[in-house]
Amino acid sequence: MLDVAAIRRDFPILARQVRGRRLVYLDNAATTQKPRQVIEALVRVYEQHNANPHRGVHTLATETTDLYEAARAHVARFINARRAEEVVFTENATAAINLVAHSWGRATLKPRDEVVLTHMEHHANLVPWQITAAETGAVLRFIPLLPDGTLDMDAARRLIGPATRIVAVTAMSNVLGTINDLRPLIDLAHEFGAVVLVDGAQSVPHIATDVQALHCDFLAFSAHKMLGPTGVGVLYGRYELLDRMGPFLAGGSMILKVEWERSRYNEVPWRFEAGTPNYADAIAFDAALDYLEALGMDAVREHEVQLTAYALGRLAEVDGMRIFGPPDATRRGGVISFYYGDIHPHDVGTVLDYAGVAVRAGHHCAQPLMQLLDVPATVRASFYVYNGRDDVDALTDALTETAKVFGYAARTRAG
Amino acid sequence: MPLEPELDELYREIILDHYRSPRNHAPLAHADVSEEGLNPLCGDEIALQLAFNDDRIAAIGWGGRGCSISQAAASMMSEAVLGRTAAEAEALRAAFEAMMSSGAEPDSELGDLEVLQGVNKFPVRIKCALLAWKVLAQALAARAGHSSRQPRQVERSR
Repeated sequence: MLDVAAIRRDFPILARQVRGRRLVYLDNAATTQKPRQVIEALVRVYEQHNANPHRGVHTLATETTDLYEAARAHVARFINARRAEEVVFTENATAAINLVAHSWGRATLKPRDEVVLTHMEHHANLVPWQITAAETGAVLRFIPLLPDGTLDMDAARRLIGPATRIVAVTAMSNVLGTINDLRPLIDLAHEFGAVVLVDGAQSVPHIATDVQALHCDFLAFSAHKMLGPTGVGVLYGRYELLDRMGPFLAGGSMILKVEWERSRYNEVPWRFEAGTPNYADAIAFDAALDYLEALGMDAVREHEVQLTAYALGRLAEVDGMRIFGPPDATRRGGVISFYYGDIHPHDVGTVLDYAGVAVRAGHHCAQPLMQLLDVPATVRASFYVYNGRDDVDALTDALTETAKVFGYAARTRAG
Repeated sequence: MPLEPELDELYREIILDHYRSPRNHAPLAHADVSEEGLNPLCGDEIALQLAFNDDRIAAIGWGGRGCSISQAAASMMSEAVLGRTAAEAEALRAAFEAMMSSGAEPDSELGDLEVLQGVNKFPVRIKCALLAWKVLAQALAARAGHSSRQPRQVERSR
């Protein structure tokens, strides 16, 4: 079990108040707060090492290069990649997916080739494929959802076939919290020679990830959703695949030799890191991985399963509550979307803010999924390592206040 | 912990009343102009229809869905501009936008609309309050374009 009180002391922002009340931060699926250790690592880069990596022979450039490449190696260990070169630093998970849709997609996809997505994808794993499909003549196919918010695997078996070139699927829905059983999907795709991109933006921060055990070909995730700084994302790719891909952005750093008319591109992963990379934040991300490893990813997952089960129970006690996604906490992440009575999520979000409770209210970059759920938006509470049962209680108390403001006849039966 | 006093400024009783019992919340059988607006952040939607008698707004109907502020603001707007000329409605719109956007002292013409001033303290919600008025501006502009093409006919039809 995690020692939530001790963890909270590492996060300076959790000591602040919002509108005179303790900050209850439940918007972790959007971004997480940063521990002192990460903030200090970032400051240390600028105070002690700062120089442009992979350029120059002076001491600072060497130090920064070593720290930046050490961060890459750490990311590789964190997801059990075979080698550090399989880790490309990007801006965020969105940029990582765009890299694949652009560099792999345009070179590979032919008219009528099929790109298989699901109905629970974030816009980041939908819109890039729409663009690539429009450019290549490829066709998008979607694995639908069952009523409990899980993937319809029977439909998946019908959809994935000889025309499938790639299956791009989230490991965990940012709306429903559903954790997808990826291995059968990946095996199915591989039977037909297709590759699989996993959107790990929501899963990698919360569940131990092993790309070798998973057999995925690509994995995208963001540092800022796992205690790290903003502006750093990761594309993991199998080395043989990355090595056959052309560049995405072009410029400095991604080249070996440049002539006026042509250039030879650099080895992977640097081929995909044109321009000065966000090395300072990547180096600070290394400290975030240290922090998570010290807690232990299995302990992180166990903590969130218990907290999610508690929250699902408390929310179910609130009259008029519609909770989306699988009811079983072991089959979902710590992401709970709900619609409360007839109160618009933005009104709920505003009242909760007055109680110091920060939640997301909106379409969560999943507009087509909102249409499927037949709601304009949802309220979403999402947890991380510093959240405890007191945070869940603050949420349900504040929901009771929301009902009062709107005259909605909701009562919590237990409290 | 009592939150209501602090939230009263945003969720004034008159706003909640309009939200629960929206006025003019039905499509018009015969509209001269129809316009729609969308606030992608909240997913607020407003569809507005106007029917004119000469230059006066003789009937107004709207529909849509969204948060309490966007829907109440649409309801209040529909009451406020009904019976006014296009120029008067546009002047009211400008006064309302000034109050919401720049925190200007409410124009006395605004009447009940003044209660929406509290939204000003919630920057992300200002767009919700302005959406219906944005659609009204579109509708007035559409009509101006229409009538400038056929001004004589409007005169003759009197």
